[in-house]
Amino acid sequence: MTAPSVAERSAPDTDVPPILSVRELWKVFGPKAESVVGSSLSRKELKEQSGCVAAVRDVSFEVRRGEVFVVMGLSGSGKSTLVRCLTRLIEPTAGEILLDGEDVRKADERRLRELRRHRMAMVFQHFGLLPHRCVLDNVAFGLEIRGVAKQDRYARAREVVGLVGLNGFENSYPDQLSGGMQQRVGLARALAADPEVLLFDEPFSALDPLIRREMQNEVIRLHQEVGKTMIFITHDLSEALKLGDRILIMRDGEVVQVGTPDQVVGAPADDYVRDFVSDVPRSHVLTLRWVMRPPQPGEPLDGPELGPDVVIRDAVHAVLSAERPVRVTDGGQLLGVVTSAEILEVIAGKAEG
Amino acid sequence: MTALSATRGVAARLPARRYLIALALAVWAAGWALLRGHDTFALGGAELTPLHGALNEAMDAVDDSRNSNPLFLYFINYIRLFIDQAVTAVQALISQPALGRPVPVLGWLGVTGLATAVALLYGNRKVALLTAAGFLSFGALGLWQESMDTLALTLTAVALSLAVGIPLGIWAGLSDRFNRLVTPVLDFMQTMPTFVYLAPLTLFFLIGPASATVATMIYAIPPAIRITAHGIRQVSSDTLEAGTSLGATPAQALRHVRLPMAKQTIIVGVNQTIMAALSMATIAALIDAPGLGQTVLKALQTLDVGTAFNAGLAIVIMAVVLDRVTSAASRRVEVQRRAGRLRTTRGRRLEVAGVLGVAGVLAYLSYTYVWAAEFPVAANAGPYVRRAADAASQWVQDSLVAYTDAVKNLLTNQFLNRLEALLTGTPWWLVTIVAVVLALLVGSVRAALVTAAGLLLLVLLGLWQDSMVTLASTIVATVLVMLLGVVAGVWIGRSDRADTVLRPVLDAGQTMPAFVYLVPILGLFGATRFTAIIAAVVFAAPVAIKLVAEGIRGVSPTTVEAATSAGASTWQLISKVQLPMARSAVTLAASQGLIYVLSMVVVGGLVGAGALGYDVVAGFSQHQLRGKGLAAGLAIVVLGIVLDRVMRAATQRADVAAHGGPHHK
Repeated sequence: MTAPSVAERSAPDTDVPPILSVRELWKVFGPKAESVVGSSLSRKELKEQSGCVAAVRDVSFEVRRGEVFVVMGLSGSGKSTLVRCLTRLIEPTAGEILLDGEDVRKADERRLRELRRHRMAMVFQHFGLLPHRCVLDNVAFGLEIRGVAKQDRYARAREVVGLVGLNGFENSYPDQLSGGMQQRVGLARALAADPEVLLFDEPFSALDPLIRREMQNEVIRLHQEVGKTMIFITHDLSEALKLGDRILIMRDGEVVQVGTPDQVVGAPADDYVRDFVSDVPRSHVLTLRWVMRPPQPGEPLDGPELGPDVVIRDAVHAVLSAERPVRVTDGGQLLGVVTSAEILEVIAGKAEG
Repeated sequence: MTALSATRGVAARLPARRYLIALALAVWAAGWALLRGHDTFALGGAELTPLHGALNEAMDAVDDSRNSNPLFLYFINYIRLFIDQAVTAVQALISQPALGRPVPVLGWLGVTGLATAVALLYGNRKVALLTAAGFLSFGALGLWQESMDTLALTLTAVALSLAVGIPLGIWAGLSDRFNRLVTPVLDFMQTMPTFVYLAPLTLFFLIGPASATVATMIYAIPPAIRITAHGIRQVSSDTLEAGTSLGATPAQALRHVRLPMAKQTIIVGVNQTIMAALSMATIAALIDAPGLGQTVLKALQTLDVGTAFNAGLAIVIMAVVLDRVTSAASRRVEVQRRAGRLRTTRGRRLEVAGVLGVAGVLAYLSYTYVWAAEFPVAANAGPYVRRAADAASQWVQDSLVAYTDAVKNLLTNQFLNRLEALLTGTPWWLVTIVAVVLALLVGSVRAALVTAAGLLLLVLLGLWQDSMVTLASTIVATVLVMLLGVVAGVWIGRSDRADTVLRPVLDAGQTMPAFVYLVPILGLFGATRFTAIIAAVVFAAPVAIKLVAEGIRGVSPTTVEAATSAGASTWQLISKVQLPMARSAVTLAASQGLIYVLSMVVVGGLVGAGALGYDVVAGFSQHQLRGKGLAAGLAIVVLGIVLDRVMRAATQRADVAAHGGPHHK
């Protein structure tokens, strides 16, 4: 199959300036961390030679406004360090972090606090709730520390509590809630500040699978309702594919690949990613664009029409029941055709080649 | 690797270490037989060495400079005045005649009412009842004023300790550097035998409430600092990070996250501080602190078991009341939170107003009317308690005398006397050489050096013989403590039922002020060295037992299960698995037990132990013996350091032998 280039796909919002752009970011733990920046040694060699651990090395990416950007990697890949560097909960060693063009790394303490209070909020893996405060006070906490009057902050907190579906639990305490509900509180707390960017650090890994799925759907719903930019850290590929508009895959602190879910699955950048995505049911992720072929001479071109970004799974019925090849068109222009042969090939898993 | 081969090298060169130890002991015994009584530095109770004289003069010089030296004029004297006035103010409020009246501002009714109100508002109804009963019993025992003096001293010391300790604890919780700085200081404050610093303190703060308060604070501040710092540190880093990510300033994080989350732990610290303060406030009777300690002390000196028991009972009641009220207050923090107290502030306000109103009326009555100010004489049951205690003690003595004498004689004649004869009868140089060789054989080169320096220091202090007498008692007491500690500790560690039954007893043993033990033991064994030893054992055993039990409980259940499934008998399980794996806990128990035993040496001096303990006590009361008392205090510290170091080195060596080398090398 052919691998379409990035430019070929989902071009619409590339003209909008990114809300967050990270350039050549490094985080090195250890003595004389600065001297390690730029090194090309492997992690192990680096540890042996300098005693330093490069948790994040030379990471660059851009996040578009309104996008769900997923950072995925196994434990130890540096993803949690990366997300903490964005608001400098961990101080980066080198590089640039531009939030709407403003360099976060250059912000002084006061400015950084302003930024944390108003523009970026985080949801944590272990919730980080205050056990001595009820739900409402936990949700209002961010507003309280930035000095919002009691009445106003409670009004806003009630609103957000409703948004995450915690109505009726305002006066409960965190230890009276289940894990999923505690994380809803964490989510509400982050939303209460009405930030431009929401950061999620593996928010659902501590939850059991059913609750996790429920919470993922909740995030999708919230994203549709409030339309926030989200940066989502996870080690779970299916979660990444489900939520992400784009996915950044990290390994040993480095970026291995950045791309849409179908790019990651359809055109893995290396064996590491290929191995990763090998278990993914491809028909659930890939679109018609990935399987269409140029029409052969003499083929009838009056079959049904489908768009190039239709996921294969959703096209199965239409393609198999059509008597003629299905035309893949974009704005009236013919891109290629798909027949049952291409569809079955993907479903049978014999897609390589 | 080098350390390992070096250890093996030593082991290879000295394969017969145990024979060498036996040889050293044999040399000692032979030396004792041949050279008995030579070079033993015997020194009579009132005899002084030139050093003691010099110390006396130095202390006199400090005394004389009190009103001329700028350090005193501008610093120490102000502290003394401030503390004195603070104590006097509290005394005027509850214990001593004030405002030109023959009674304090608040009489028994007012104090009892206020204390009960506090217990009700911060604790619960149960502890409020306990408080009321406890305070009434102070009057009923005929010790109202003494009890209030002790309470005044304790509360003042606690207030000052918390005012200093909590901020320092917060600092230590926030700053790693400060924590590292303060930890060894606190270790030192807590391990130094309490009586040792009483005498030097009187030098700076004079005999009386100021010295007593400062002494109490030295003892009571460490738990306040430590537990506060611990509470601040244990706050989950997740929650803190969440606060930071929301843009909390460090001050906001402290106020809204750390302090509320550490609140319950800090109240536990307050509880520990109060218990430590009460214990020390009674002991400070030695430097003329007013209160129940005085009553016990005088009774001990005249062997008046009934009076000592009566006052001891009041101390125990006060300890129980203070402990229960603060424990209930700490639990209340938790309960309140779960009950959702936020929404019931109005009800709470009404409750507070009502309770304080009633207490206020009682306080006003006790200010105005004599009947509410002075505890009714008719209700004084003190004499009955005293007589009953005397009678009981007499009966116990008469009927148990055969057994207690048998135990006493066995231990005294078989162990104590022999050990003491060996230590005091052999020339000092031979004891020193043998001790250094033994320290080298069972411990390390460093332990041997510490031993040599320590023993020479004892000679220089001019208290060689007294030190050896005290050493003999200390060794016997520590061995008894460890026997008890291991047996009871293993039992408690293995059986939940033993744990539930014995733990409250151990807790009570630890919270009770040290004086109180002496009374019944004195009744049973009379005023002898042996009484002092038993008192030290009673004082030190709870700590040792608890530590051993904790170690046994800490052994991984999987390992125990594996051994059981391999067919190990109970005895094999204890001796081959649980005790060896709990060895570090046992070692800790031994060194803690030793420190506790040493801190009782001075108390032992009060009940006939003689030697260093007596020297220190005599130094309190007789001016010309002050220097000697100070030297004796130092000698106790030296003994403690030497024993502690040798014990640690010995365990380390045992560890190395057991693991075939240092860990992970």
